[in-house]
Amino acid sequence: MIVQVTDVRKRFGDNEVLKGVSVEVEKGEVIAVIGASGSGKSTLLRTINGLETIDSGQIVVNGVPVHDPKSAHLVHQHVGMVFQQFNLFPHLTALENATLALRKVKKLSKADATERAMSALTSVGLAEKAGSYPQQLSGGQQQRVAIARALALQPQVMLFDEATSALDPELVGEVTKVMRELAAAGMTMLVVTHEMGFARETADRVLFFDGGVIGEQGSAEQVFTSPSNPRLQQFLRRVLEH
Amino acid sequence: MNGNAWEAIWAGRELLWNGLLATLALSAVTIITSTVVGFLVGFARYSRIPVLDVVLRVYLELFRGTPLLIQLMFVYFGAAYLRLDWVSVFIASAIAITLYQGAYISEVFRAGFASVPPGQREAARTLGLSRFHTNKDVVFPQTTLVVLPPLFGQYLTLIKNTVLASVIGFSDIVRQGQAIIERGANSFVVYLVIAALFFAFNYPLSLLAGALERRIIRKRGVVA
Repeated sequence: MIVQVTDVRKRFGDNEVLKGVSVEVEKGEVIAVIGASGSGKSTLLRTINGLETIDSGQIVVNGVPVHDPKSAHLVHQHVGMVFQQFNLFPHLTALENATLALRKVKKLSKADATERAMSALTSVGLAEKAGSYPQQLSGGQQQRVAIARALALQPQVMLFDEATSALDPELVGEVTKVMRELAAAGMTMLVVTHEMGFARETADRVLFFDGGVIGEQGSAEQVFTSPSNPRLQQFLRRVLEH
Repeated sequence: MNGNAWEAIWAGRELLWNGLLATLALSAVTIITSTVVGFLVGFARYSRIPVLDVVLRVYLELFRGTPLLIQLMFVYFGAAYLRLDWVSVFIASAIAITLYQGAYISEVFRAGFASVPPGQREAARTLGLSRFHTNKDVVFPQTTLVVLPPLFGQYLTLIKNTVLASVIGFSDIVRQGQAIIERGANSFVVYLVIAALFFAFNYPLSLLAGALERRIIRKRGVVA
């Protein structure tokens, strides 16, 4: 087991966003997390790599307790994250975005860092854009660079936080294609998404978040074709109508 | 205008030259020191360090809320009162101008740091970058476009503000000009010359700011 989330609770002020969530992720597993806005799915992702603190419970990634101050900094060596807004560094080229952490955190030589970053950019099909600045790239290309930036660090787990939600519809495909390839290559992935097609075709398991708890989970087949939770049935009706 | 007015200025050219050098020296030194102070104060305020934040707020409000002329006198006569002999007119002027302009410049930097979206820090954190590298390699470089124009605006103001140091006896270009006027030079012409000299230094600085800005924009392909 590579990610173990045990009874995690998290509140923002009066609003309890996670009300005792437990998830176990096996190595190589691809998990899609679906649910309405505000149901806690993004917050769960952000607690797994320590961007958010937790109020109680425990999260262990690759043997590292994420919320233990002594080991918190180690989690980033195992977990890569891709954001809805890409969050590329606008003052750096695509290549420099991908080499920054290799140079400053992993302390690789410039040549080694460049080699690893280039192979990551190649894997998302953007080797020829290495010298481009983010503003010179389309949204889809920017998100693929962001994926390459995370992959360059060779993480054990990749977290995707609505990675395609900020993209124009015609650009979604190129990003989900990269994600599918990643899944096929055996990467462990937790994917918060509104792309039901992606969840259905790629995920080994689908988690439905509802009001801070996991309302239902199961294989994609099970969740999409025979949902038992009435709230999930309602959610799917609303989503699939569009 | 009679020829004597020009002759008196020509005769006092050495005084004017020395005054110009003094003005430039005070400007150059305080541009550096007020930038350092402004950067540190701006960064500390951006980082919201609990007690320090209140102290810096007080500093900021005091030095922005009172005239530079009064601050110059406080530093100069305060130092004399405390018998700090090493505080020359130049040093007193430099201290007052640094604190005054540093207060303004700190706001320029703070606004620059605050303009970097929080997602940038989050991305840096998920990549495992330390706080040091996050600031140095991610936050600071992104502030340049925001900071440059108002920063150079502050430099122009600073250079002009150095004339106030003549009030506590600093032999800058204004004070030397007054000396020449006392020797019979036409005051209108002298002040015109001084104004022209200030403009001759400030305008290129202003052009430089614009050029730096355009260079960064071109390099990053920003569609501004």
